[in-house]
Amino acid sequence: MAEELRRTGLYDLHVAQGARMVPFAGWEMPVQYPMGVMAEHLHTRDKAGLFDVSHMGQVLVHPLDGDLDSAGAALETVIAAAVLGLPEGRQRYGLFTNDRGGILDDLMFANRGDHYLLVVNAACAEQDIAFLQGLSGVEVTPVTDRGLIALQGPKAAEVLARLLPAAAEMRFMDSRSLDWNGVDLWLSRSGYTGEDGFEISVPNDCLATFAQALLDHDEVAPIGLGARDSLRLEAGMPLYGHDMTGDVTPSAAGLGWAISKARRADGARKGGFPGAATVLAELADGVSHTRRGLRPEGRAPIREGVQIFAEAEGGVPIGDVSSGSFGPSVGGPIAMARIPVDLADGATVFAELRGKRMPVTVTALPFITPSYKR
Amino acid sequence: MLKYTVDHEWLRAEGDEIVVGITKHASEQLGDVVFIELPEEGREVEAEEEVVVIESVKAASDITAPVAGVITAVNSDLADNPGNVNDDPMTAWFFRIKPASLDVLDSFMDEAAYGELIG
Repeated sequence: MAEELRRTGLYDLHVAQGARMVPFAGWEMPVQYPMGVMAEHLHTRDKAGLFDVSHMGQVLVHPLDGDLDSAGAALETVIAAAVLGLPEGRQRYGLFTNDRGGILDDLMFANRGDHYLLVVNAACAEQDIAFLQGLSGVEVTPVTDRGLIALQGPKAAEVLARLLPAAAEMRFMDSRSLDWNGVDLWLSRSGYTGEDGFEISVPNDCLATFAQALLDHDEVAPIGLGARDSLRLEAGMPLYGHDMTGDVTPSAAGLGWAISKARRADGARKGGFPGAATVLAELADGVSHTRRGLRPEGRAPIREGVQIFAEAEGGVPIGDVSSGSFGPSVGGPIAMARIPVDLADGATVFAELRGKRMPVTVTALPFITPSYKR
Repeated sequence: MLKYTVDHEWLRAEGDEIVVGITKHASEQLGDVVFIELPEEGREVEAEEEVVVIESVKAASDITAPVAGVITAVNSDLADNPGNVNDDPMTAWFFRIKPASLDVLDSFMDEAAYGELIG
């Protein structure tokens, strides 16, 4: 029997907005609203979209000895990124790796003064929390009394500033607490769309009220998981379980940049995370295949699993599509695949679709120009 | 009179041919259609044979031939404007098929029966 799906604090609001609800990573989530995926996508790029991302795992990591560096050092044993040295009020992207150097999950972590706040993928949250709880010297607390909202798009800052004037002062990847009518909100200026925007952690008992306060502004529309996927794909952002898995290393996923200098072979705190030998060797020596962008010449989308060939006929696959769909802002199909690094941008390769080889162009990521407020 | 298939196609007899499209319900379930691949005119097909590929932002689907016959015409305008399927599904026809006899239409649902199917 299927496990009962969990509902976020915005479930009733989604239903009232006419959302189509689907199971996703154990949660019942809105995949789209009556506006439709295409219009929701374009609305986010044009104005501001409100996303319920409460299914994502929020986790607090406190040092037992009161010294934040103790927690940072502990986290560096499982995260292939520099945790130590991250200034207070700043957030960074990181990867959990396995012993083979494959990616177990990706996450955001923020220095909140006396503790770190981690945001991990819904499907991986249980696993991540379990191994974080195996770390010594830290107290790991899953946040169960808060939801998470993303407000994304060129009007996001303007709208949010009407409720929280201080939000406008934040820069990309800043993390801070702000008071809204006595409610403690945890904000970061970041997102998963390629647009400027915020992710806002809100206590569950105020989640719907806060979401409605944002939706009351004309610029804001609710956006489902469908458009969230096409927005992140256009922004060249990988999706866990698709563009990266336990069998894909950071370099192969095109995420080598996430491993800061301090953790690399010539760094002050080199290695020390699972699979470091493999990961660092690949960073130094390069890899044969990595995540690249693809643009089919025709209108047919190429989706996950479609095989890519170097030639129009014959030969063996040189990779397969890890994410692919239609890019509403690009105005055509787009995809990502792990294919040889030595193919130049602009090179033509072939996707085998329904038995036919279709020409596709190797394209630099992202497909759109991001507009972060750095 | 329109007839309907369990695959959410509408069928309209015109002369000795059947015009085939998909219902509003189907187009809503598919979401925004972004790509349509139509069959070649003159192709002889079996009933249930996949003849059209239809891709929405979300997923790829097939449309099958409702009956055996010959594809006599396709709506090539749809290939350039796939969104027409969402905007006006009852006029956005995909293809015309000529069966051996129009009697085959009798086995399909009428509007009332189809309405019950989709609830």
